[in-house]
Amino acid sequence: MNTADVASPRRRPLRREAADNRTTIARRSGALPVLVFVAPFVIAYCVLFLYPTLNMIELSFTDAPLIGAGKWIGWRNYQRLLGDRLFTESVVHTLYFVALTVVPNTALGLIFAMMVVRLKGWLQSIVLACFFLPYILPSSVVTLLWGWMLDFQFGIAQYPISWIVGSRVSVFRDPIWAMPMVAFVTIWWTNGFNVLLFIAGLRNISPELYDAAAVDGAGRWRQFRSITWPLVWPVTVLVLTFQLIIQLKIFDQVYLLTQGGPFNSTYVVVQYIYKQAFTLNKGGYGATVALFLFAMIAVLSVIQLQILRTREAK
Amino acid sequence: MKIRLSFVDLLISLLTIIVAATWVFPLYWTVVTTLKPEYEVVAPGVHLLPENPTLAGYIFVLDHTIIGQWYVNSLVTAGTVTFLVILLSAGCAYAISQLNFPGRRLLYGIIVASFMVPIPALIVSHFVLMNDFGLINRWGGIILPQLISPIAVMVYKQFFDAIPKEFREAAVVDGAGEFNIFLRIFVPMTWGVTAALAIYTFILTWNNFLWPFLVATSDTSMTVPVGIVQVHEAFGVQYARNLAGAVLAALPVAAAYLIFQRRVTEAVMLSAGIKG
Repeated sequence: MNTADVASPRRRPLRREAADNRTTIARRSGALPVLVFVAPFVIAYCVLFLYPTLNMIELSFTDAPLIGAGKWIGWRNYQRLLGDRLFTESVVHTLYFVALTVVPNTALGLIFAMMVVRLKGWLQSIVLACFFLPYILPSSVVTLLWGWMLDFQFGIAQYPISWIVGSRVSVFRDPIWAMPMVAFVTIWWTNGFNVLLFIAGLRNISPELYDAAAVDGAGRWRQFRSITWPLVWPVTVLVLTFQLIIQLKIFDQVYLLTQGGPFNSTYVVVQYIYKQAFTLNKGGYGATVALFLFAMIAVLSVIQLQILRTREAK
Repeated sequence: MKIRLSFVDLLISLLTIIVAATWVFPLYWTVVTTLKPEYEVVAPGVHLLPENPTLAGYIFVLDHTIIGQWYVNSLVTAGTVTFLVILLSAGCAYAISQLNFPGRRLLYGIIVASFMVPIPALIVSHFVLMNDFGLINRWGGIILPQLISPIAVMVYKQFFDAIPKEFREAAVVDGAGEFNIFLRIFVPMTWGVTAALAIYTFILTWNNFLWPFLVATSDTSMTVPVGIVQVHEAFGVQYARNLAGAVLAALPVAAAYLIFQRRVTEAVMLSAGIKG
């Protein structure tokens, strides 16, 4: 952990690639070993990944039901997307959910990580386990658990809620509360992952820097601003990138906590794919929405990475 | 000055412990609830311990659902996915890292790029494909689409690259074949990585909801995390029972984490591209 080597996931392999050209043994390997090592993976990849991806693109130009062939209808599915109100709403809700989770979840991860690295020995292990344990639970367990915690009549979390707002709230039936609460549950569930990455980043910072700063009379806040924040920045970029990609794919929590309600106020894109393809039996249109999600993730994560890189350069 | 500083330190440590305890409290509260009889669950006030502890919730779930069957489904599918992901990824990464063949860099480029493709976007075509294979409501249908794991290949390649090439050259001089070199040198030298990746893959596969939920819709083919939601729907608000199902679903992964804590944290960091 002390030798933590942090870089953005996409930059890394390229650099490696250049490095290993030098180390590769020059002679060409025999065909049989190559085939045996590579073929199983490549076949699985082609059948389960490349083919489905291409198939999805093709489907998006047809009016196919979920199972069975359809007619080629050109760009009609794409035109339909533009005027589809529930689709537009689901995109807006997904972005709202992303706004509610990505930055808070990253910030909280850094705060918790800073709290954990200060501790020593078994106390550190226990505290870290407290923060990390929710992350390894299935989504359905997490949603059952919070459904109980936030139950209108018997939920224990209704005590703090009624202290704050003055009365009990049926959070998943209230259009204003529903999405922020889904976001809250998501943060509780996934934060441990961020905590771990930040801990690795923090351990990578040499303690001598803090000692030197303390000698110079720098206070806690000053040390954070001048040492911790800039040196942990590469990890922050990494966490923000992961967060954006993961949270754009939200489905489980919404489906299990609110089913997209109340009044569609928590309807999200993956749920819309599910609805079109699996409930309404419109495989073609479902594939179109799925492609849109794919494009949305690619475009947004590239934009975010660009913004973060520019900040890094300053 | 020094004393005041350590007082602040103590205060922060205390705050940390309180926050951590609050963070994990929902888990404690869930487990306690499952051990209460239903009338205590809905009793007013906060009771941190059950007055009349009972396993009735668990017994109900075991009696009234086929959770045993779901357990078998989950264990078989998550176990198979883990085994195959490790096998396919290690082999492929070995070839990319150590063997010289045309298309090697292209192959790795495609694997890295596929990291960007959101798997939930593929549900439609995966379902069509599994239907073509006749694998709806079958173990195979749950397993196959979960085999895509570019990260495992990337992690293995990184570690295979780091093994000094003297090991391989010496073996080649001794006349060892590729399979021997792979099995006798590269696999044993990366056991730690394999263990970490295997445990982590198992946990993630066990937890996966969306895909098993779509492909395994019959009662007998469900995985545990999908099945317990049906318990919820079937029995309404009977919290001790619902949560007992949830605890049973979380038990294997929670146990795996608590036993192999360091391996799991290692795997999380490896999969994020940070060397543990």
